[in-house]
Amino acid sequence: MPQAFSHGGARDGAGRKTGSGRFGEPTRPVRVPESLIPSVRDWLARMAEWPGSEIVQPFSTHPLPLALPLYSSRIQAGFPSPADDHLDDTLDLNDHLVQHPAATFLVRVAGDSMIGAGIYHDDLLVVDRSLEAKSGSIVVAVIDGDLTVKRLHQDESGVWLMPENPAFKPLQIREGMELVIWGVVAHSVRSHAKG
Amino acid sequence: MFALADCNNFYASCERLFQPRLEGEPIVVLSNNDGCVIARSDQAKALGIAMGDPYFKIEKLVKEKNVSVFSSNYGLYGDVSRRVMSVLGGFAPRFEIYSIDECFLDLNALPYDLTDYSLSMVRMVRQWTGIPVSIGIAPTKTLAKIANRMAKKGKSPWGPVLDWTRLPSPDEALAGLPVEDIWGIASRTGARLRELGIDNALALRKADPRLLRGHFGVVMERIVFELRGVSCLPLEEVQPKRKQIITSRSFGTRLRKLDDLRAAVAGFAARAGEKARAQGLRAQALNVFIHTSPFDTAKPFYSNGLTLPFRSPTSDSGLLIRAALFGLARIFRRGHDYQKAGVMLLDLVPAGYEQINLFDPVRSDPLRSDRLMAAVDRVNRTYGRQTLRFGSETLSDSWRMRAQRKSPAYTASWKELPVVLAN
Repeated sequence: MPQAFSHGGARDGAGRKTGSGRFGEPTRPVRVPESLIPSVRDWLARMAEWPGSEIVQPFSTHPLPLALPLYSSRIQAGFPSPADDHLDDTLDLNDHLVQHPAATFLVRVAGDSMIGAGIYHDDLLVVDRSLEAKSGSIVVAVIDGDLTVKRLHQDESGVWLMPENPAFKPLQIREGMELVIWGVVAHSVRSHAKG
Repeated sequence: MFALADCNNFYASCERLFQPRLEGEPIVVLSNNDGCVIARSDQAKALGIAMGDPYFKIEKLVKEKNVSVFSSNYGLYGDVSRRVMSVLGGFAPRFEIYSIDECFLDLNALPYDLTDYSLSMVRMVRQWTGIPVSIGIAPTKTLAKIANRMAKKGKSPWGPVLDWTRLPSPDEALAGLPVEDIWGIASRTGARLRELGIDNALALRKADPRLLRGHFGVVMERIVFELRGVSCLPLEEVQPKRKQIITSRSFGTRLRKLDDLRAAVAGFAARAGEKARAQGLRAQALNVFIHTSPFDTAKPFYSNGLTLPFRSPTSDSGLLIRAALFGLARIFRRGHDYQKAGVMLLDLVPAGYEQINLFDPVRSDPLRSDRLMAAVDRVNRTYGRQTLRFGSETLSDSWRMRAQRKSPAYTASWKELPVVLAN
């Protein structure tokens, strides 16, 4: 008997499946102002190429000058700290260690010849090339093509590059030898809690 | 009066700074991927090594003459450049950084002997930064360029400095200068000038500027006036705000596999995002491009690119990478040997001023993305580039550049500081 009612009308499972269209989801008709139809069609076509993506061509045929205010600054909850009034700048070690940034280089020490001056193996040296090397300055000098740290010393006997460790020999700069001072050691930095 | 300060053999001089034993020795610096020569010390020039020489061509000479060869170390050159420019900038009220190793200075109204003043500039840059510079002084930028070049070639009685107005016979100097060597004249334009019988700078200076304007446009007219000492090119102190950001590389070896390209392109997109964030900019569109080598004539040439606009301007590396990979998948064709790829960020706008798109669904939280990116940038600044990477960047490493002879990051890494001997 149900046979008689099985003709005509809606049938389950007939027609295109929901979400099988080019947008991958159910669609609905909407009213669009006539002037905007081409733009919307175009935009939808591009949208379809980018299913589910955040990277979509903007709807741009009639760019709207939509300037929304942005409230991006965050408002502090609670009372302001009474210490705010007494807040000074924090200290920056650069202020202490680097007087001429353009001329300052950091280098690392290898060896023990300067321990008498408090400069140890693996220490950092802050070398300021803008400073003038004087007798008594700790300098980075070029010896046999290597960068070497010594104390510059000058007296009646001549110009010397002095180690600060009795196990090493002083080097006298003799006639005809070229002395290249690479820079003057302004500070040394030693870490006491390594690793 | 303008001064043009130009570093001598800049890249080679940077390499020497921390390796003083290379003083007086031949040095060459190679381009990305160690392809060809892009900088030479005077001693390397004397050996006959030319700019652009491919490395394989000079390899024998390099061994015989003990030439020191370096891969380019742009991190180091950039750091040294900033130091040089900051010293030079202290010498003039106004200056224009023209390139990594050149800077124009406005010396007008300075109550000094300009030659002496410039000599002290040269001395100070050398002492503070270790870099030798030459300085040309002239009433126009074009003539300052020429004066600089002459000083570099040892043709100045004042050593590294040459004031054009003190030159006893400027006409002679101009007559000896081929037109192609004038600032702003390319070799093709030079050839056209020669057809008109203008083959040196003196002939060009004497030419009719209006006639040349008809042939070559206003740029050539300006050059003629500049050669006559009439300044037409002012200092450009403010660099134009960048309209686009490009990150691209030639690969060390040709790439065939999509995954290799994906890793490269993801890396470029991430780097481009980092650059944009550093400048406080967001992109409204991204272009991704790939091509094979135009010189592999035996194989078909393939080049393609795709531009993808964003719903709202972004500098989020995650989003940039997704867009770049989406585009790459579209333009990638199997079977080619790709030589280069790149990512461009287009239509940049300052962060915070972007228009909000009506059709952009409210995303989870744009501030969250900003905070995440800021954290990534902070980690990478503190612990070294590439400490935090996006997954797709790590698909492959075969795209990375060949840089087998790169000097250490002397000024940028705690682990690579120069060593001084205490012995």
